[in-house]
Amino acid sequence: MASVSLESVSKNFGTHTVIQGVDLEINDGEFVVFVGPSGCGKSTLLRIVAGLVAASKGAVKIGGDDVTDVPASKRGVAFVFQSYALYPHMSVARNIGFALETLGMAKDAISQKVSTVARMLKVDHLMERRPRELSGGQRQRVAIGRALVRQPEIFLFDEPLSNLDSDLRMEMRMEIAKLHDVLKTTMIYVTHDQSEAMTLADRIVVLNHGRIEQVGTPQQLYHTPDNRFVAGFIGSPRMNFLAVSPQTGANAGRIAGPGNLSMAMVASNPTGPIAEIGVRPEGLRLVSEADGRIACTLERVEDLGHEHFGYCRITEDTVWVVRLASAPSSDQIGKTVGLDFADSAVFAFAGDGKRVLLKGTPQANAEAREP
Amino acid sequence: MSAKLARRDHRAAWLFLLPVVAVILLVAVWPLSRTFFFSFTDAYLDDPSVYSMVGFDNFIEVINDHSWWVAVKNTLVFTVISVAIETTLGLAIALLLNEMIPGRGLARAAILVPWAIPVVVATKIWEWMLNDQFGVINKILSGLGVVDHGIAWTASSSLIMGVVIFIDVWMTTPFMVLLILAGLQLISPEIFEAAEVDGIPAWKRFWSITLPMLRPAIGVAVLFRVLDALRMFDLSYVLAASNENVMTVSIYARDRLISFQELGIGSAASTWVFLLVAFVAIIIIGALRLDRAAGT
Repeated sequence: MASVSLESVSKNFGTHTVIQGVDLEINDGEFVVFVGPSGCGKSTLLRIVAGLVAASKGAVKIGGDDVTDVPASKRGVAFVFQSYALYPHMSVARNIGFALETLGMAKDAISQKVSTVARMLKVDHLMERRPRELSGGQRQRVAIGRALVRQPEIFLFDEPLSNLDSDLRMEMRMEIAKLHDVLKTTMIYVTHDQSEAMTLADRIVVLNHGRIEQVGTPQQLYHTPDNRFVAGFIGSPRMNFLAVSPQTGANAGRIAGPGNLSMAMVASNPTGPIAEIGVRPEGLRLVSEADGRIACTLERVEDLGHEHFGYCRITEDTVWVVRLASAPSSDQIGKTVGLDFADSAVFAFAGDGKRVLLKGTPQANAEAREP
Repeated sequence: MSAKLARRDHRAAWLFLLPVVAVILLVAVWPLSRTFFFSFTDAYLDDPSVYSMVGFDNFIEVINDHSWWVAVKNTLVFTVISVAIETTLGLAIALLLNEMIPGRGLARAAILVPWAIPVVVATKIWEWMLNDQFGVINKILSGLGVVDHGIAWTASSSLIMGVVIFIDVWMTTPFMVLLILAGLQLISPEIFEAAEVDGIPAWKRFWSITLPMLRPAIGVAVLFRVLDALRMFDLSYVLAASNENVMTVSIYARDRLISFQELGIGSAASTWVFLLVAFVAIIIIGALRLDRAAGT
């Protein structure tokens, strides 16, 4: 087991910069998830930790030792690939035990270790099969087994569940979480799926354009995002945003926006004038136009059985999603309705996307709170 | 699918196959069966319509001929050595070209040049370069002080087989490189990365992963080259005509058929060549298929 630290790590391919000055400390035994949209550099960052890609600048440390110039084979890490990358010409047993063969371990010891791991991952009945005779889920188990058998200091997962169907993904997610509980080994996990990140991670690292947007526990990222990008990326369905403008003169201290929005809102950390507000679908209530803070047209309702999502058009290109406990009456569809939300459900952002803390809400710090 | 639909599909299939079947009958089955037929006759080339059936006499005459066995030995020596060198060299160059080295695209294109040159042209060029008096090779060697007088590469009975193999290696290694490179590029790079992270040393990665995964590609390439080499004619013939040191079975059959006008014996020799090639092909294909059944 080991800690990992990245010190101002950058990577460019030619003139194209993929990672820009990333600093990150990962504690021993922690489960950290790198999440971000495709092309944000999360896989490259993982490969830099593994040693499969060399950092252009900066240092990588594992367990306190500088491994920047150490080849992948000597870093003591295990890597699980999205494509599984099993050796197609070898049986399941040999796939799992192959790395041990080169360590000069006795045949008996290898087969014992392999069967222990195989039992743990429930692939012990498949030992003589070839990878092509396995289902996707079984292949991924074998790939994890191959990583497990070496008892690495660090596990690295590169979108391991992306090629599985959704049922299997859920099941494997649970198993990976269980594995971490049992092994307590440091794990770094890359995914583009924020729900995977939320359910697995001790801490999430949100990446965008090769930079870290925010690092924090799932709760921190959900409740106190640092910026508009994190607010929009974490949570499903994503947060609703609306461009607003601060009022002046007699109405100073208020903001106004489309849908007859007008509410008191004062920044407690003036990083810039409030340019946008955001409310999560679960923070909204569908009410009559008169009772709502924002007027909009209910265009469509999606019925998922246990919950419903309403799509409300505020302006020509702004549609807010609202989560409903029960289906609205069908005669409301196409009509103007109101959306109501608590003050504490509103997030405000400056023009550059930075979060603006608000006075008078629990999100603001204690000093800023006024009686 | 209903029986009627199935019948219609069958009819359509036959319709599409018909042109191919006709062409094969015309260019393969007909000449082959003519050759096979003449190998049982005592016909001469000047008038093939006059003949009588002689049974297996022609076949027996061929295998009682010392020259035939010399030709068989030459052919096998040439095939085994040249294909072995081409495979090793082809594998090495393909592995090199598969790496991200600068100028890789140019190297890939350049390596195909020898293969694109007609055999006769390439052979003639090499013959001149190897000429004992005017050849550039001897010029370089004597310039370096390695030899004091030009070596008669193509005239020496002990060297000429080496020369034939050398020219063949020069000409057909690109073919090997191309097929093996295609095989290499089918292997997902993540498999090598997985092995690297797993701490597998480079030689074991090559031996236990690269080679087994390349086996189908190498197998097909070797099959093509072996069949090609077994019926080799042009290279030896252009370089040395009917010199016994490099006479292949194809040259032997041609000599009997054309030079000696013995249509019957020539056809029998051709049939022997056909059987030899078919036999080797079946063995190689069998070996490949056995591997596939074992799943490697």
